[in-house]
Amino acid sequence: MALGLEASLGNTVITTRLDEVINWGRQYSLWPFIFGTACCAIEFMSAAASQHDISRFGAEVVRFSPRQADLLLVCGTISYKQAPILKRIYEQIPDPKWVVAMGACASSGGIYDNYCTVQGIDTIIPVDVYISGCPPRPEAILDALIKIQEQIKTESVLIDRHKDFKGILD
Amino acid sequence: MNATALEKIQAAFPDATCKAVLDSVVIDVQPENLEKTLSRLKNDAAFNCGLMVDVTAIDYLDHPQRRQTRFSVVYTLRNWQEGLLVQVRTPVADPDQGVATATHLWGSAVWGEREVYDQYGIRFQGHPDLRRILNHWQFEGHPLRKDYSIYKGQVCYQTDSLEKEIRARLLENGVDETTMQDINTEIMFLNIGPSHPATHGAIRILTALDGETILANVNEIGYLHRGFEKTAENRTYNQVIPLTDRLNYCSSMINNIAYAKAVESWLGVEITERAKFMRVVLTEFYRVLDHLVCLAAALVDMGGLTNYWYLYNEKEAAYDFISRLTGARLTSSFTRIGGMYRDFYEGWEGDLEIQLRGIEKGIGDALKLVDTNRIVHDRTQGVCVVSAETALSYGFTGPVLRASGVPFDLRKDAPYYNYESFDFEVPVGTNGDIYDRFMIRFYEMAQSIRIIRQAIKHIPTGPVNVNNSQVCLPPKQQVYNNIEGLANHFKLVFEGVKTPQGEWYDSFEAANGELGFHFVSDGSGKPYKLKVRPPCFYIMGGFHKMVEGNMIADAVINLSCINIIGGELDR
Ligand code: SF4
Repeated sequence: MALGLEASLGNTVITTRLDEVINWGRQYSLWPFIFGTACCAIEFMSAAASQHDISRFGAEVVRFSPRQADLLLVCGTISYKQAPILKRIYEQIPDPKWVVAMGACASSGGIYDNYCTVQGIDTIIPVDVYISGCPPRPEAILDALIKIQEQIKTESVLIDRHKDFKGILD
Repeated sequence: MNATALEKIQAAFPDATCKAVLDSVVIDVQPENLEKTLSRLKNDAAFNCGLMVDVTAIDYLDHPQRRQTRFSVVYTLRNWQEGLLVQVRTPVADPDQGVATATHLWGSAVWGEREVYDQYGIRFQGHPDLRRILNHWQFEGHPLRKDYSIYKGQVCYQTDSLEKEIRARLLENGVDETTMQDINTEIMFLNIGPSHPATHGAIRILTALDGETILANVNEIGYLHRGFEKTAENRTYNQVIPLTDRLNYCSSMINNIAYAKAVESWLGVEITERAKFMRVVLTEFYRVLDHLVCLAAALVDMGGLTNYWYLYNEKEAAYDFISRLTGARLTSSFTRIGGMYRDFYEGWEGDLEIQLRGIEKGIGDALKLVDTNRIVHDRTQGVCVVSAETALSYGFTGPVLRASGVPFDLRKDAPYYNYESFDFEVPVGTNGDIYDRFMIRFYEMAQSIRIIRQAIKHIPTGPVNVNNSQVCLPPKQQVYNNIEGLANHFKLVFEGVKTPQGEWYDSFEAANGELGFHFVSDGSGKPYKLKVRPPCFYIMGGFHKMVEGNMIADAVINLSCINIIGGELDR
C-alpha cells in the first residue's frame, strides 16, 4: 500500500487526510487485468460490452500487462499447471493491488473437485472479493467492483494488507 | 451401408474380428498387425481413411467383463467421402512397451498419442515427441488409469521451458547453426502466452523468429485441463450434461445436444419429432452465436474494434432469449437423455425471429466494414495457407477444414435429426488461407439462419421427452401422487440411466467441427469411460503447419480465426 510518504509522516493526521484523497482516486480508476482462462471470461466480455458497460465504474481500462494494472480479475478455472503463472502475474502487479475471484471455479474449484484443479485461488494468492455463480452474471461483476471500491475507502497507506500471506507455491 | 462395409473390411482383414457398432465398423487386431492394418486402411483406395479422428485408450481394470490385457488402444478413422467410420482396437500387453505409432500415417496422431501417453501411460514406439500434453511436466502417474484417485492433485512449481522442443523443431525445418550463420542473424525466441490477450484463453505459443518471420513454432496446451473425463466417470449420465456445457462454452447447447445424442444412440432411444426439431433450431442458433464470438474476437485482433460491438452486441441480445428459455445465460444444461429439459415457452418464435433479424443486421454491418476492406484483405488473403492434404492429415474438421476446400460436413455426410430434409448449403473455401477461414463463418451463419427459419415453420407439436420410464423422469404429478412414480424418479436420479455394456463412438457437427464422444459402458448408470473428441484439439495440433513461414502478427490472427476454446481444447 505504501507510497513512501508514511516513513516521514508516520501515523499522523496528515497521513489519514492523505489516505482519503488517495483512496478516492484509487476507487474510481481501477485498471483491471483479466486473467481469463475459461467460461467466466466470456461473461466478463459481456460486462465490458455495451449493455453492462463497466466504464460506468471507472474500470474500463483493461490492461493486459500486469505492470499497468491494479485489479486482478481471475475469471475461470485455475489448474495446477496454470497456478505458477497466476502467481507470477500477481507478483508482477505493483502494489496496491486487489484480487477478485470470479465464479465458483476461481473461488473454490467449483464443479471440478479433481486431480488437476486448484481448489480455490486463495490457496495461491490472497483474494479480496469472491463472486459466486457458474458463471456469475455481469451484474455480479459490477457488484464485486463496487465492493472493492468500498473496501478501498477504508484502507490506509500505512497498512500492508497481505504481508503474511502464504500459499501452496510459497 | 454398414453391412457391406463390414463385409468388405472383414474380407480385407481375415485375421481380425470385425463387427458393426452403430455407424462404425470395429476391427480387433493383434498389436503386431496394428501398423499394417492402419496403413492399409489409410492407403488402400478401397478404404481411403484419410482422417484419423481420434485415438484413445481404455483401462479395463475395474470392468466387470475380464479381458486378457488391462489396456487397449483405439484408433477412430474416417473416410469422409463415403461416410465410412472405422475403429481399430488393439490390446496392449505392456504399457511401457506400448504399441507402434501411427504418426507417420497421420499428423493428428502426434498429439492424439501424446494424450494417450499422458493420461494412460501407454507408450508409442517410434513417436517423435512423446511427452505429456494436458498435465504438467512435474506430474507423476497417469490420471485416467482406474487406480489413480480422482482427488490426487499434484502441485506444479514451475513451467516447462520448451527449449528442447523448439530447437528440435528448428532442426526439423532445416535451420541449424550453419544456416543461422549464413543468414547472418540470430534467431529470436518469442513466447506468447499462456496469459496473453492474443491467446484468448490459456495457450502457450513459442516461436523462433528470423526478423518477424516464424522459422519454427511449438505450442503448449493443457492449462485449462479440468479433468472432464475423470470427473465424468464419477457422474451419472445425466449429471455429465452440465460438464459438457463447459467444453465449448461459446456454444454450450451444441455440446449438450451432441452428448445426449451419443447416449441415446446407444440406448436405441428415438427422441420425439418435436425434440429433434428443437435440437436443430438450438444447434443452429448456437452455431451462429459461436461464430459471432469468434469473428468478433478475430476482428479485434486485426484492429477492428467496431466490429466487436456490432457482432458481440447481438450475442449479448441473444442471451435474453436463451435465459428466458433455459434459465441461464451461458451454461444452458438444457438437454436430458431422452429429450429436453422442457419445451419452448409460448411466443418463442417471435422472440427468436427478433434475434435472427438483429443478428442479420449485425452481420451485415460488420460485413460492410470487412468485405471490401483493403486492410482485411491484405492481412488475410494468401496468409497461413493450409492445404487440404495437410488439413486432413492433422485431423481438421468443421469450418477450418472446409476453408481448405474439403466439403466434409456431418450434417450432409452422415445426417441426423432430419438434416437431409433441410435446404441448406455447405460453404467451402478455395485457398485455405485466413480469409477463407474467416469468411466461411460469415456464410455459415447465413445458412444456419436459413435452417432455423425452415425448422420454425415445420416444427410439429407434441411432447419433448420420450415416454420411457427407464430413461426419462416421470411427470412431477406422478412423483408426488403415487409410489411407482416416486420410486421411478428416485431410481433414475440415484442410479442414473442404465446403458447396456459396450463401447461406441458417436459424432456431431459442432460449431468447430466434429465433436465426438467415445463411451465405454459397464452396464451401470455411470459411464465407465467417456472420451471427448474435441474438434479444436486437433486443429491446434496442426497450428505450426499453418504459421511457420509467416509473420508473427499473422499467427495471432490465425489463432483467432480457428476459434480455439480452452474448455474444449484441454477438457
Ligand atoms: S465457475 Fe463455472 S462458468 Fe466459471 S469458469 Fe468455472 S465452470 Fe466455467
